Amino acid sequence: MIALLIRDLRLAVRAGGGFGLGLAFFLIVTTLVPFGVGPEGGTLARIAPGILWVGALLACLLSLDRIFALDFEDGSLDLLATAPIPLEGVVTIKALAHWITTGLPLVLAAPVFGVLLHLPAAGYVWLVVSLALGTPALSVLGTFGAALTVGLKRGGLLLSLLVLPLYVPTLIFGAELVRRGASGMQTDTALLMLAGITAAAVALVPFASAAAIRVNLR
Amino acid sequence: MNVLSVLDLAVSRGGQPVLEGVNFTLQSGRALVLRGPNGIGKTTLLRTLAGLQPALQGSISAPPDSMAYAAHADGLKATLTVTENLRFWASIYGTGDVIPVLRAMNLDALAGRAAMSLSAGQKRRLGLARLLVTGRPFWVLDEPTVSLDAASVALFAAAVRKHLAAGGAALMATHIDLGIDEAEILDLGPFKARTPEAGGIVGGFDEAFT
Repeated sequence: MIALLIRDLRLAVRAGGGFGLGLAFFLIVTTLVPFGVGPEGGTLARIAPGILWVGALLACLLSLDRIFALDFEDGSLDLLATAPIPLEGVVTIKALAHWITTGLPLVLAAPVFGVLLHLPAAGYVWLVVSLALGTPALSVLGTFGAALTVGLKRGGLLLSLLVLPLYVPTLIFGAELVRRGASGMQTDTALLMLAGITAAAVALVPFASAAAIRVNLR
Repeated sequence: MNVLSVLDLAVSRGGQPVLEGVNFTLQSGRALVLRGPNGIGKTTLLRTLAGLQPALQGSISAPPDSMAYAAHADGLKATLTVTENLRFWASIYGTGDVIPVLRAMNLDALAGRAAMSLSAGQKRRLGLARLLVTGRPFWVLDEPTVSLDAASVALFAAAVRKHLAAGGAALMATHIDLGIDEAEILDLGPFKARTPEAGGIVGGFDEAFT
């Protein structure tokens, strides 16, 4: 399983792997927003938590269709399905690799992007905490969407339609956590809900993803 | 010792039964070559045996974790080198050194090359080298000799013979004669599924939607 993780990370940083693409997209979204709504600091500070979270969500979505499509095309998915590691393990590792290449860079770069949107100083810690807690759920749920659409030609759009509604709870509580943190309110409820959603997704969704792949391979 | 016994097996492709009443056994040290025209269901049968799709009917018995499957596609990653590709599969199957395998498939001169710069035949050799690193006793091969030249076919036949001599077994779908004495031939023609009107079985994965 470690070998699979290393292979996926290596593929991501090699030519055409798409590493950093999500991060660049996130940067563009956060720089475009001030152009759209105007440079007035108060307005930006108020919408910053929501914009940062929506940006992170879309950046995550960008690389989802690659998770299984490439392995399906070159036949490695068939071979992995017959290999001695369980398919549930394969999808978990795939989600982890996706998180390391997409979610983790977002978590680390988010404070810089917060500056661009005049995020209040109290909000930075909560921005990093909320993204660190929430993005694993985005990767795991996205892996499920990718598993459902594997084998479909141009399944990328369908994938977005399937996955975005599943992202709603994470988005609500993630953005709420940053908003409350930034305005100095109590953060416990949003924090626990966000952590709970991620824990449940990480624990349960890989089984659904593996089942979806089994159906799609036959 | 039986490595595989198939009893009254029926397989379907896209919900359509393609083969039925397939019976055969395969012993260690032997090879079985599946023959039949295009579309008869060779690939479907092999995918069913490999566990990638459920059988419509009948039973397949094989010792657990004995099978290594090689499909039409080689499952190579274009941006990884030959050694990296092979080493990945070796660690997935928990086996050791890939250097002897590279030598056996005449790939050692290409070890550091990215898989995307290989020719079709070289890719195929790398795909077959993957079988050698699995360490599994029972090989399931789908058209293993596609795009191989005569010398590489001989190299592959030698690898299969060595595998059989070491107590392994192989089941393959191929149109050419590999010159392996231990191989028997099974023609799939007589097992073609009958239509439901003629008494064949109905059903398949999407029967609920028809």
